[in-house]
Amino acid sequence: MIENFLMIYQALPYLLKGSLITIGLVGGALFLGFIIGIPMAVGQVYGSRFIANLIYFYVWFFRGLPVLVLLFLFYFGLFSLLRLNLPAFTAAILVLGLRSAAYQSQIFRGSIQSLGEGQMLAARSLGMSKIQAIWNIILPQALRISIPGWSNEYSIILKDSAVTYAIGVMEILTRGNFIATRTYKPMPVFLTCALIFLILTYGGVKILDLLEKKVRIPGYTFGRKEI
Amino acid sequence: MSEFYFIRNILLLPLLEGTLITIKLIVLSIPLGLILGILLAVGRVYGNKLISSICAIYVIFFRGTPLLIQLFILYYGLPSIGIFFSPLTAAIIGFILCSGAYHSEYIRGAIQSIKSGQMMAAEALGMSRVQAILYIILPQALRRAIPGCSNEIIYLVKYSSLAFMVTLIELTGAGKIIASRYFKYTEVFLVVGIIYLLMVSVVTKFLNMLEKKLKIPGLE
Amino acid sequence: MQSDKDIVLEVEDIHKKYREEKILKGVSFKVKKGETKVIIGPSGTGKSTLLRCINQLTIPDKGRVWLEGEEVTHTKKSINQFRQKIGMVFQDFNLFDHLTALGNIEIGLVKVKRMDKDKARQKAMEELKQVGLENQAYLYPAQLSGGQKQRVSIARALAMDPKVMLFDEPTSALDPELIGEVLEAIKNLAIQGMTMVLVTHEIGFARSVANEIIFIENGKILESGSPYKLFNNPEYERTRRFLKKITELYGESIEKR
Repeated sequence: MIENFLMIYQALPYLLKGSLITIGLVGGALFLGFIIGIPMAVGQVYGSRFIANLIYFYVWFFRGLPVLVLLFLFYFGLFSLLRLNLPAFTAAILVLGLRSAAYQSQIFRGSIQSLGEGQMLAARSLGMSKIQAIWNIILPQALRISIPGWSNEYSIILKDSAVTYAIGVMEILTRGNFIATRTYKPMPVFLTCALIFLILTYGGVKILDLLEKKVRIPGYTFGRKEI
Repeated sequence: MSEFYFIRNILLLPLLEGTLITIKLIVLSIPLGLILGILLAVGRVYGNKLISSICAIYVIFFRGTPLLIQLFILYYGLPSIGIFFSPLTAAIIGFILCSGAYHSEYIRGAIQSIKSGQMMAAEALGMSRVQAILYIILPQALRRAIPGCSNEIIYLVKYSSLAFMVTLIELTGAGKIIASRYFKYTEVFLVVGIIYLLMVSVVTKFLNMLEKKLKIPGLE
Repeated sequence: MQSDKDIVLEVEDIHKKYREEKILKGVSFKVKKGETKVIIGPSGTGKSTLLRCINQLTIPDKGRVWLEGEEVTHTKKSINQFRQKIGMVFQDFNLFDHLTALGNIEIGLVKVKRMDKDKARQKAMEELKQVGLENQAYLYPAQLSGGQKQRVSIARALAMDPKVMLFDEPTSALDPELIGEVLEAIKNLAIQGMTMVLVTHEIGFARSVANEIIFIENGKILESGSPYKLFNNPEYERTRRFLKKITELYGESIEKR
């Protein structure tokens, strides 16, 4: 029993370096998904029918395929086809980010739509252009409403990051597997990996909860009809 | 072009075989996962402190850790303490244990959204707790949980692909094998993707039909 | 001198705290067979809690309850058997939303009384007829009006053949024009000789059906007596003031209906 703890203690630095990779994956994917997802959401709500349909197709594709299939398709397939020699880490961020954009766009779309059209009407009546209204009025509110859904997206991407094991990214699970196959002690190793993920998951969600509290507008129920 | 159709002849059959395995996985995991979800939810809401805590810890673990790690523990980890599962068994058990945790959160939310008056009225008639839960609370809660649980079921259809990571040759696995042998990753995985999209569409339609059928007239 | 055999329900010294606040501070009363007792009092004085202490949906901190001579509190027998003999009608109806009107009545008969399914259906239909809703048998609660829901709820309780019926502000959640039909159903029950304890604000109605009115204030019974006595000759000024206030609020509306 003691030897297990000793082994874990020795393996920890190696595993924790993996956490950094994992956090990098998650951060990168969330960021990419964010900057692509918001314009997509705006496009779906305020854009032309053609644009909305295009976006809808993108969302349907990236949400309908399993992560594993997307990783194989892009890393082994499309990137080679396009002669892109991306390292696995970068490729993973790209794929996870494009996929997250699909999910995040729907979160933001729901938030924007829950505001009701009154906000836009009021902004336009003051003389703002559509873009000004979206930037100054709609998005500040919609983003706040989106935090809970976004928090959910964070924990999903965190867990999906383990799947990048399949294309060789040196994140937590890959390193854990490396150690497990060499020490012949899979149980303690994988349980430790699980524990690290647990801490990252619930720690991250807690931080996002604090963020939500910090940016909350006092007393405001964000246009939701029921209280 | 003819090369393409040639690929179709080589590709399709193994993919279909893989799809059958995937369907087997899904059909076995979904109902049992739901049942586990119901048990966990009822345990958390109506159980005593011990049962409620155990269910809570279970849910925290299985929702807070990646499904892939859970599968690894089941398939690669357990043998070191003497428990050996076949890839299929490990995958099915893993899916049941994991989706059960997710289902239980939706069902728990639904149970807690039922007015307390329903339980009171049931008990006032002389029903025992168990009877009230079985005949009054769950029929209503499960209907309310359908959107959430449907979501989780769709997730399972997609995440069944992870079974390949514990050496089960389902749809994704079949694709990878062919693709690596012929170096045709893009084509193969586009086809694989289309098959998943089809499966997801069918399941979604089915679940929507189910929800309509179970709707209580008058209740929005 | 009434014989003890006549007493269907006896409630002795009920105490109940909610969080740190004492809601019931020792309430006792007896109900004879065929009697209608009406409980009135300011809001929040624990009248609902009192009713729930009778069928143990809420366990009192102190006090005892007897049904037909058998003790309900601290009993070794399963409380469910007692609850079958005590009918309860709630302010919020609490109909089972996933069952039809008929289904709501049947379920208690089938699952609790273990009646045969066909017999249960027959009996349920009869009870619906009694409250005038046989045409609504296959409708769901969401499709019924408030007054109809409450009448189904009454039928549901009656189907169990209870020895006593408890009504917890049965009309408080209803629109004014629907109150009449429910009061009429309750009045019919009184005429048929059902033993009842009724918590209500409908003071005009209380006056006409009650054998005895109990006024609860601050968790205790301040005064009780026949309607005549309480309205014309109450012992306490507070009783007079309270009766005057709710007669102004609710009594008038009875005449307008």
